[in-house]
Amino acid sequence: MMFGKLTLDAIPLEQPIIVWTFAAVAILGCAILGLVSYYGKWKYLWSEWITSVDHKKIGVMYIIFALIMLLRGFADAIMMRLQQSLASAGSPGYLPPHHYDQIFTAHGTIMIFFMATPFILGLMNFVVPLQIGARDVAYPFLNSLSFWLTVMGGTLVMMSLFVGDFAAVGWVAYPPLSELGYSPTVGVDYYIWALQLSGLGTTISGINFLMTILKMRAPGMTLMKMPVFTWTALITNILIVAIFPVLTATLALLTADRYLGMHFFTNELGGNAMMYINLIWVWGHPEVYVLILPAFGVFSEVVATFSGKPLFGYKSMVYATSAIGVMSFFVWLHHFFTMGSGANVNAFFGIMTTLISIPTGVKLFNWLFTMYRGRVRYHSSMLWSIGFMATFAFGGMTGVMLAIPGVDFLVHNSLFLVAHFHNVIIGGTVFGVLAGMTFWFPKVFGFALNEKWGKIAFWFWFSGYWLAWTPMYVLGFKGMTRRLNHFNQPDWQPYLTVALIGACLIAVGIVAILIQIAVSIRDRKANADVTGDPWGGRSLEWSLPSPVPFYNFARIPTITSLEQHWDDKINGVTAPENVHYEDIHMPRNTATGFVISVFALVLCFSLVWHMWIPAIIGFVGAIVSFIVRTYNTDVDYYVPAEEVAEIESRHASVVAGGQI
Amino acid sequence: MLHSTVQASHHDADHGHEKGAMAITGFWIYLMTDCLIFATLFATFGVLSHATAGGPTAGSLFDLNYVGLETLLLLLSSFTFGLAISGLSNEKKTSVIFWLFVTFLLGASFIWMEIHEFVHLIAENAGPDRSAFLSAYFGLVGTHGIHVTLGLLWLAVIIHQVLHFGLDATIQRRLACLSLFWHFLDLVWVCVFSIVYLGGVL
Repeated sequence: MMFGKLTLDAIPLEQPIIVWTFAAVAILGCAILGLVSYYGKWKYLWSEWITSVDHKKIGVMYIIFALIMLLRGFADAIMMRLQQSLASAGSPGYLPPHHYDQIFTAHGTIMIFFMATPFILGLMNFVVPLQIGARDVAYPFLNSLSFWLTVMGGTLVMMSLFVGDFAAVGWVAYPPLSELGYSPTVGVDYYIWALQLSGLGTTISGINFLMTILKMRAPGMTLMKMPVFTWTALITNILIVAIFPVLTATLALLTADRYLGMHFFTNELGGNAMMYINLIWVWGHPEVYVLILPAFGVFSEVVATFSGKPLFGYKSMVYATSAIGVMSFFVWLHHFFTMGSGANVNAFFGIMTTLISIPTGVKLFNWLFTMYRGRVRYHSSMLWSIGFMATFAFGGMTGVMLAIPGVDFLVHNSLFLVAHFHNVIIGGTVFGVLAGMTFWFPKVFGFALNEKWGKIAFWFWFSGYWLAWTPMYVLGFKGMTRRLNHFNQPDWQPYLTVALIGACLIAVGIVAILIQIAVSIRDRKANADVTGDPWGGRSLEWSLPSPVPFYNFARIPTITSLEQHWDDKINGVTAPENVHYEDIHMPRNTATGFVISVFALVLCFSLVWHMWIPAIIGFVGAIVSFIVRTYNTDVDYYVPAEEVAEIESRHASVVAGGQI
Repeated sequence: MLHSTVQASHHDADHGHEKGAMAITGFWIYLMTDCLIFATLFATFGVLSHATAGGPTAGSLFDLNYVGLETLLLLLSSFTFGLAISGLSNEKKTSVIFWLFVTFLLGASFIWMEIHEFVHLIAENAGPDRSAFLSAYFGLVGTHGIHVTLGLLWLAVIIHQVLHFGLDATIQRRLACLSLFWHFLDLVWVCVFSIVYLGGVL
């Protein structure tokens, strides 16, 4: 009851790679804890960050978390590239099959759930309230809860590396392989509970942002006066709210199979594995639009700003985004054309999938026309955007090829497919979030990122991307299936070696980003953004000081046009001299989100190992913490008008000083 | 920094109402997400309802009189919750508490009957591990039961909070949300009764 299946044997001491990783992580962890203690920053961390309900800080924490998980996910990636380039001519390589299978599962799971999704949520957290003239999100406490639940999900995946094992079934965990009979270890259980934690967090975020965008826009900001990034965030959150419950339910059914001996997806007693495959993709396909639409929003902001022109075709951009949102629900079956649905069903989903490329094409032309006859400045965030257009167009076209069932029968489950989705996810989402990070960084911290290292990062990522994935397309045509541990096919080896070199270039790109951040912090005085509008911005967030005061807007603006800030600059509208400030109503920080999430982690870890007593403690702890919170009536406060006036005048004098 | 704590009189007029509306709309969206969970489970039940794997079928297992009584209890509890809300609009605290308590008793009786039915089925070798049909049945009906149980916990907490805080804006907001939740579960049960029980037996 107390320790369940957990014994000391669960720690994989016999695998040197894991032991060394653990040693490295332990040393690094101790070093970080030591530094925090040495500088006496625990109280600061606790009261300013961990318990914060400020959407800006939560956004920053999401992005830090995503970057850390990017390192983990990329470590998995380069291990796979190395293994395949070694193990192609009869050699077993250096990773035994069971370990290799865990690595590709962890890579996919981490990159989608704990890198891309948190990065997107981080950008939305920071940007959306600023773009719509709000002081926070609709439910600040739930925002903190969402974030910490996501972190605990990631923590659970990381724990699986050192205690027990992770799922070895691929990132969508198809049954019957993921059923108890074929995956008897705790790996799939780690997968299930990690996804349930982060999925719950994402669902709550979806509700939160949907309400924020619908209900908290500044007066005058009609839906068609919303910046495009906020529009994409709106559609994304509608998708989140519509699909994550399906994921929750589907994983719960798989859990029932594994824990209670039920037969939803088993081979025996009437179970139906195809039902899982349908359900997981009913979630999974819209999920890729959850990841890409906000990236489209970022590119729209960046391209318009650095071309010095309003976005071409704002309305068509909004309609295209909405159309993609609707159509994304009618394409899921293209993930399994070959699994026996029949010609007519395949034809319908093939046509729908082809059609969804039309609104996406509309967007691409809009960005190109925005640049046309603009004064394009090649800032690194603009480089990411242009690199995206080339890469994504190519990936989109291979996607349309895969949408044709006949073609899909030839290349399904091959490296062609793997190359396609990395083509759109790296070229779309990853380039997008990196562009967004570069673009909004000065707004967050008050100083810009170093340009030189930003450009180095871009060129390594971009060339590394093409070097790594072009050979994969070729290998797909040659018939190489995905997820191979070793194979006796010497003529594949040169391609895989090129792919490994590409992955190494991307590794340099990632290191360049870390150096960029370090160098920028060192030179923060020189790169300081005193005006609050370093790029000649167009939307509301650039009218605020950098970094943004904790209450965002001293006075809520009234919106009269789509590009309010740009029009104000053109028309010479400035803040009046002696403004009258009012008290600002703000939410208080709370530890409840963090505490509930820690209990949830205890619950899920215990369930993985069938430790029933700790599981009950975790469950009761989470519920009781929530109830205790409802008895706390002191959840908000007012910032006095005098304090607002003082902060605002301090900023005004900095701007004035900067201009002299 | 010196921040004044929010005084009830200071902000109830402007923020209280706005915050209440925001919470209730947000709760509606939450209910839609929950609705999708049930939709998934109903779809699952639809796919698996004939996958009895040689085991017992719906017709041989369910007693419509028993389930009818369960249904009656739950529908009645929705009605008594309505009476509690009507007490709220008349600002009668004792009436609110009384009807919430009656709702709790009806809901608890429903859960007791459901557990009794489950135990009975498992004893008859018709447990959730017997066939895919029974897995889908227990999955759907059990999920509804877990929701009602959480609703009972919420009812218990809110009864205490009405006693503790009175009928202030926060409690009114929470009662409105719980009322939505309770009626929503009633609605889901109507579908369960029609599709699972009536559809299975008739």
